[in-house]
Amino acid sequence: MEEKKNKYKIETRNISVYYDHKKVLTNVSIQIEPNSVTAFIGPSGCGKSTFLRLFNRMNDYIEGFRKEGDVFIDNKNIYNKRTNVEELRKAVGMVFQKPNPFPKSIYENVAYGLRIQGINKKNTLDEVVEKSLKKAVLWDEVKDDLKNPALALSGGQQQRLCIARALAVEPSVILMDEPASALDPISTSKIEDLIHELKKKYTILIVTHNMHQAGRVSENTGFFYLGELVEFGNTKQIFTNPANEKTENYITGRFG
Amino acid sequence: MTHLEIELEQLKKAIIEMMDIVKNQLEKSRTALLSMDTDIAQEIIHNEIRINALELSIDRDCENIFALFNPVAIDLRFILSILKINSDLERIGDLAEGIAKFALELESSPPKNLLTEIRFNEMFELTINMLDNVIEGFIHEDTKIARQVFKKDKILNQINKDSPGTISDFVEKDPEIIKPSLYLFSVIRKLERIGDLTKNIAEDIIFHIEAKVLKHKNAVKKIK
Repeated sequence: MEEKKNKYKIETRNISVYYDHKKVLTNVSIQIEPNSVTAFIGPSGCGKSTFLRLFNRMNDYIEGFRKEGDVFIDNKNIYNKRTNVEELRKAVGMVFQKPNPFPKSIYENVAYGLRIQGINKKNTLDEVVEKSLKKAVLWDEVKDDLKNPALALSGGQQQRLCIARALAVEPSVILMDEPASALDPISTSKIEDLIHELKKKYTILIVTHNMHQAGRVSENTGFFYLGELVEFGNTKQIFTNPANEKTENYITGRFG
Repeated sequence: MTHLEIELEQLKKAIIEMMDIVKNQLEKSRTALLSMDTDIAQEIIHNEIRINALELSIDRDCENIFALFNPVAIDLRFILSILKINSDLERIGDLAEGIAKFALELESSPPKNLLTEIRFNEMFELTINMLDNVIEGFIHEDTKIARQVFKKDKILNQINKDSPGTISDFVEKDPEIIKPSLYLFSVIRKLERIGDLTKNIAEDIIFHIEAKVLKHKNAVKKIK
């Protein structure tokens, strides 16, 4: 496949996804600029999470997964045979709905990614752990308890720890699947502030059921419905004057 | 109907009620002034309390909807337009009350030939007609009807512009009518303001339905 250079960090061209014979995404083409936050909204089962999981090839694990079309990150076709999926997942970090720290210490959770790469030098690890926890705005809360078990942290702290763990391997893209839906309002607001901060260095894609969160954190929003990208555009535009009636009905709660 | 839709429907009803009362006040103020009817004038002044109370209640409902429902898109534009229409209506109510007060202060009714010359009746008729247009446009969410006010507002502006010359000609000929003429001039200014406020309401209806901002078009162009 020809790989044309352009300024976009991420691009999909006519991507369709099937699970066995069921088509779950239809012909989605999207272009995402670097250092931006893009939110994907839509009712359950609309394909937004499947879409998100295309970018770190998480769908590969799902039986019957098949896709048509292409996905590019940094102008590279990530479904190319030459793609090293492990390298891809280092570059494209992911944060899930429920915080999923390993049953290890706070320190080891963050250092994990480096250790499996064979990096065990204490100075390097110390440095990366501190830097990552600082970026995830968790350092001040845990710096004296790095040896404590990660599972003893609060839900909001665990989620920021998972973000720190993703940041430790220096990704350039972060995928977030409902990163705050299991958190209380204060933790949610911390995660949202963090997203604003992380945007300076990373390109962030976030799937959320909370439309107001999409409005608060993102520059661009895509609305999925029945596997189609119905509307994609500037978040302010989508939430004040969407072009498509389906989008309007969904965001104003008149759907169905 | 969703809970939000029920709230919005109630808000719409409240604004329509406010529109009807304000229009009624304006019609009555004409009668009060032209027939020097102090009873009607008092009634208008009394009704003003009701308008003010309604304004506060609509404002509070909007505030609650913002806080509880976080409206977006067309719902957001609706509430924003309601807030502005509400305040414009309240000011039209104030102006109608101002006109009614003249009926209490004036000792004799304004000279008939002067009224004809400055197109006083036409002016009143136009403002009431413009209010009818925005009421109908608002009820049926029809911007075509609301847009009818723009032309009429231009006529009002012209009448207002012509009035100082006409009035001074009359006063020069008959200095006795200075006092009623000054009152009359003041009423013309108020009617012209009512025209402007009604035009604002039409612009808000268009903003709500078409998401177009018509306000200060020239100023925005200059900034760009």
